[in-house]
Amino acid sequence: MLELFYSPFGEFEFMQRAVVGVIAIALGGGPIGVFLMLRRMSLTGDAMAHAILPGAAIGYLFAGLSLPALTVGGLFAGVIVAVAAGLVSRFTSLKEDASLAAFYLLSLALGVTIVSLRGSNVDLLHVLFGTVLALDDNALLLLASISTVTFLALAVLYRPLVLECVDPTFLRSVSRAGTPTHLIFLGLVVLNLVGGFHALGTLLAVGMMMLPAAAARFWSSDITMMMILSVLIGIVSGISGLLLSFHAELPAGPAIILSAGIVYVGSLILGREGGLLWLAWPGKHLEA
Amino acid sequence: MTTTAIRFDEVTLGYGRRPAVHHLDGEIAAGSLTAVVGPNGAGKSTLLKGIVGTLRPLEGQIRLGGAANAAIAYLPQAAEIDRSFPLSVYDLVAMGLWSRSGLFGSVSRKDRTRIEQALAAVGLIGFERRSISTLSGGQMQRALFARLLLQDSPVILLDEPFTAIDAKTTADLLDVVRRWHAEDRTVVAVLHDLDLVKRVFPQTLLIAREPVAWGETSGVLSAENLLKARRMVEAYDPHASACYRGAA
Repeated sequence: MLELFYSPFGEFEFMQRAVVGVIAIALGGGPIGVFLMLRRMSLTGDAMAHAILPGAAIGYLFAGLSLPALTVGGLFAGVIVAVAAGLVSRFTSLKEDASLAAFYLLSLALGVTIVSLRGSNVDLLHVLFGTVLALDDNALLLLASISTVTFLALAVLYRPLVLECVDPTFLRSVSRAGTPTHLIFLGLVVLNLVGGFHALGTLLAVGMMMLPAAAARFWSSDITMMMILSVLIGIVSGISGLLLSFHAELPAGPAIILSAGIVYVGSLILGREGGLLWLAWPGKHLEA
Repeated sequence: MTTTAIRFDEVTLGYGRRPAVHHLDGEIAAGSLTAVVGPNGAGKSTLLKGIVGTLRPLEGQIRLGGAANAAIAYLPQAAEIDRSFPLSVYDLVAMGLWSRSGLFGSVSRKDRTRIEQALAAVGLIGFERRSISTLSGGQMQRALFARLLLQDSPVILLDEPFTAIDAKTTADLLDVVRRWHAEDRTVVAVLHDLDLVKRVFPQTLLIAREPVAWGETSGVLSAENLLKARRMVEAYDPHASACYRGAA
């Protein structure tokens, strides 16, 4: 029985690489997802994942499915959209969700058009759903670097990030760190999405951020705990998704996100912090 | 000798091109206790945002005598705080140490003592680990006053600090305000309770987009001035043309 768990990873190098990849993605994406959720920007992550597409597509147009070209292109497009949407919402009357929706729809249409200029359906699938089972050394190094940068940056930005969520007016009154913090945070979101994009594609990359974070919210109301849980849920979902895909011959990316989805639905039902079961049967009320 | 804490030079503050505070000229003395009163929409909160520096004047200048923007302790209206964020009372209050601890600074044992003292001063001992989402309106305001205490600032701005707060909490927090005044800090508070203003605040600025009256509270809060303020704020010209006052 146990063999079902470790034999795929013992026998096949591509599975070992995939595990390292999903662990790196979970380490970076987990805490970022928690902050996206607490900042009520869950859909922003989704929008930005789409925004990466035209950049990656331009990279593809020039260099085919090459790691550096897709990465640089995706980063470039993601940062432009993130910064442009952030600035539009800060300095005009349009709210961030609306400005992001405008930018990401534009970039999604542009991205699909560019890929279809040259690519086959296989290439389009690669870009949209990633290739977690074909991560080479460079891709793994990239993913590991991204999670390292994310950890370091979050350690530096932790206080202003929390302050900007709870009481942005207070932060603006004591410091000018608000706008740079927001922009650097958006940069980290893009960075993690670009990393996730190689493994899971533009459409599913955001799943490894938001599903673990949303599930973690049902188990703790402490930010640190939420980030730890989010990372652990990401790692568990990643590994079980890979196993599911291996044994049931399912596509790996969707299997990983489905696993995270199962954890999310389980947490939604059972979670101690506002899960459905606890809401339905809260127990007898307490003394006043 | 009185020195100036905040000086307004023909200040106009607003949103887009429409002024919310129009051509305010005057000064707030260091160590004074000033109430800002006026009808809703009179520009009171806008004025505080201008002083803190989160809103830049459309025209004119706000000068701070000595204190930098970041040294001002500012209590915004409670509605602007996300109470659903998972944060403890202790951590919320500890934010008041920002100017000293900044991004990385650790919270020393001395800081911990100061946080405990601030919590004690506002009657929140025992609430340290409570999440801010579980606090009542009055308890939240107490916590925010504790944060102001920690900021230890020479200039303190309060935006409607006692709105929807019960009498006991108001009385306790007014004691904190009186203590600040006794310590020669400059306190400016936006308020709606005129009886409270008359009892506690020696100076008052009555504003209705344009300044109506400014000085000793008893003189400023005359029936005539209050009526004038109400009329001024109700007058709204959708086709207002550009203002050239002061452009000589």
